[in-house]
Amino acid sequence: MSSNDRAPEPELTGLRRQSGGGAGRAARAGTAAIEASHLAKDFGGRAAVADVSFSVARGEVFGFLGPNGAGKTTTVRTLGTLIAPTSGSATVAGIPLTPENGVEIRRRISIMPESPGLYMRLSVTENLECFADLYEVPDPGGRIARALRAVNLADRANDACGTLSKGLRQRAALARALLSDPEVLFLDEPTSGLDPVAARDVHELITALSQSGVTIFLTTHRLEEAERLCDRVAILNTTLRTIGRPDELRDQLFARTLMVRTLVPIPAPGRVFGGLPAVDSWHQDGPAAYVLAVSDPAVAAPAATRALVAAGADVLAISESHHSLEDVYLELVNQDEEASRR
Amino acid sequence: MSISRRRVRAIFRKELREYRRNRSLTVGMAIIPVIFCIQPLVNVFTLQSAASIPLRHEHVLLYMLAIPALVPSFVAAYSVVGERQQGTLEPVLTTPIRREELLLGKALAALLPSIAVAYLVYGLFLACVELLARPGVASALIRGPDLLAQVLFTPLLALWSIWIAILISTRSADVRVAQQLSALASLPSVALTTLIALNVIKASLVTALAAGVALLLLNRIGWRFVSAAFDRERLITGTR
Repeated sequence: MSSNDRAPEPELTGLRRQSGGGAGRAARAGTAAIEASHLAKDFGGRAAVADVSFSVARGEVFGFLGPNGAGKTTTVRTLGTLIAPTSGSATVAGIPLTPENGVEIRRRISIMPESPGLYMRLSVTENLECFADLYEVPDPGGRIARALRAVNLADRANDACGTLSKGLRQRAALARALLSDPEVLFLDEPTSGLDPVAARDVHELITALSQSGVTIFLTTHRLEEAERLCDRVAILNTTLRTIGRPDELRDQLFARTLMVRTLVPIPAPGRVFGGLPAVDSWHQDGPAAYVLAVSDPAVAAPAATRALVAAGADVLAISESHHSLEDVYLELVNQDEEASRR
Repeated sequence: MSISRRRVRAIFRKELREYRRNRSLTVGMAIIPVIFCIQPLVNVFTLQSAASIPLRHEHVLLYMLAIPALVPSFVAAYSVVGERQQGTLEPVLTTPIRREELLLGKALAALLPSIAVAYLVYGLFLACVELLARPGVASALIRGPDLLAQVLFTPLLALWSIWIAILISTRSADVRVAQQLSALASLPSVALTTLIALNVIKASLVTALAAGVALLLLNRIGWRFVSAAFDRERLITGTR
């Protein structure tokens, strides 16, 4: 998508406004977009998902992370009414997840599977025509044109899907997912196989959709993508390991630390760091490097700076250590691996 | 339960577009009628006028009802397992479509070209007989009741084959296996029409009415039964 012809926000906001939603949507406005309670799914006695509970607010971008085989796709398929849970309950778009409500739920959601699943012998437009009719959308021609413009695929509308590159097929699948103006959009690895520019465009589209009120349930292996896009993330490894905002998860899992580097080793570091406000403990991490475990970096950093200057140390750097979502993810997955080895 | 015509039409149109562009399917649909046409034509052309008398007591034209019994099974067997193998079934099942609508759309899409092919082959066969067979042979072969039976039983037999083939397709993991099993499952229909054509089973108005009503009922039940056997979860996950 080039920046000069991209206009996803007004296009998509327009889609949402046109379909209206009416009384039903207004009535459900107060409820969460997705609520899962003790959801479990077994396949032949093997637990794919066990005791998973979470809630996703309307308009939220919710990241669902986990290693291969963790149960992410199973959860999406369960919430998408494609497979029935073994136990537990859920509501999707405000509707209880029951076999009788399957059609009603599927009317309000859209799922983009990891594999685009396009009809390769048909053109992009023919693919979208089929799905516009399956969703019984009003003004299918206009809706298809808007969806194609939103993913910047209008110029390839008449090409057979079999002739498109992997990235373009992914965009066509995304356009298909947008056709029905869904309240909840499940995206399973939407940037898988995309080059960085195309991935950035998809990120912008997700942000625009979220701003227009669409709830996004994003499963991804790209942790930087989740960190950048998601309001909250959940890490799944058959059971739900953790859930929260990325920064919350970092704080939960890792102690907050200050990294101190000096030009030469401090002769008596215990006298410098001991007793400083908000510094819980310290240890040496190299000849002239020190790690301070702190409860509040905003208090500890100025105090440490003053103490170092008073001790005549030549300070090279004082910085708060940053843990990424990847650190959180790897820590939790490693904990699971170690537990399974024991 | 209400059936959405728009969703049925969407599947029907999509299937026809796919058939048209799938060379292996169109070739497969064309080969069976050609095989069923060649041998009877050769026989008819070699018949002497004197042979027309015993022909009047047989219903050779009904032999060609094997075409609507076999041709649709080839495409219908592909319809579910083919989509599953291509990975296109899951996106369709995420839409509000009901399984009854999906299967009806697929069945109608297999039915229409099958009927068209069958009627086209009948027309060509009759034209060849009328133009090239010896005097007496044509009038012995082409008789009003047989023609009427052929026209009426073609869609009924085709639809019955389609439901069996779709049922096999929903339970198979491989397109070729589904097509072979479906062809095998069509053989009882082929055997029955051949026995009637050769006068082993006596053809009469009562036989025709009974067979017609039975096929209508079977087709009605077939749709419901195949819909009940269509298991979204098994088709998507491969386990249940």
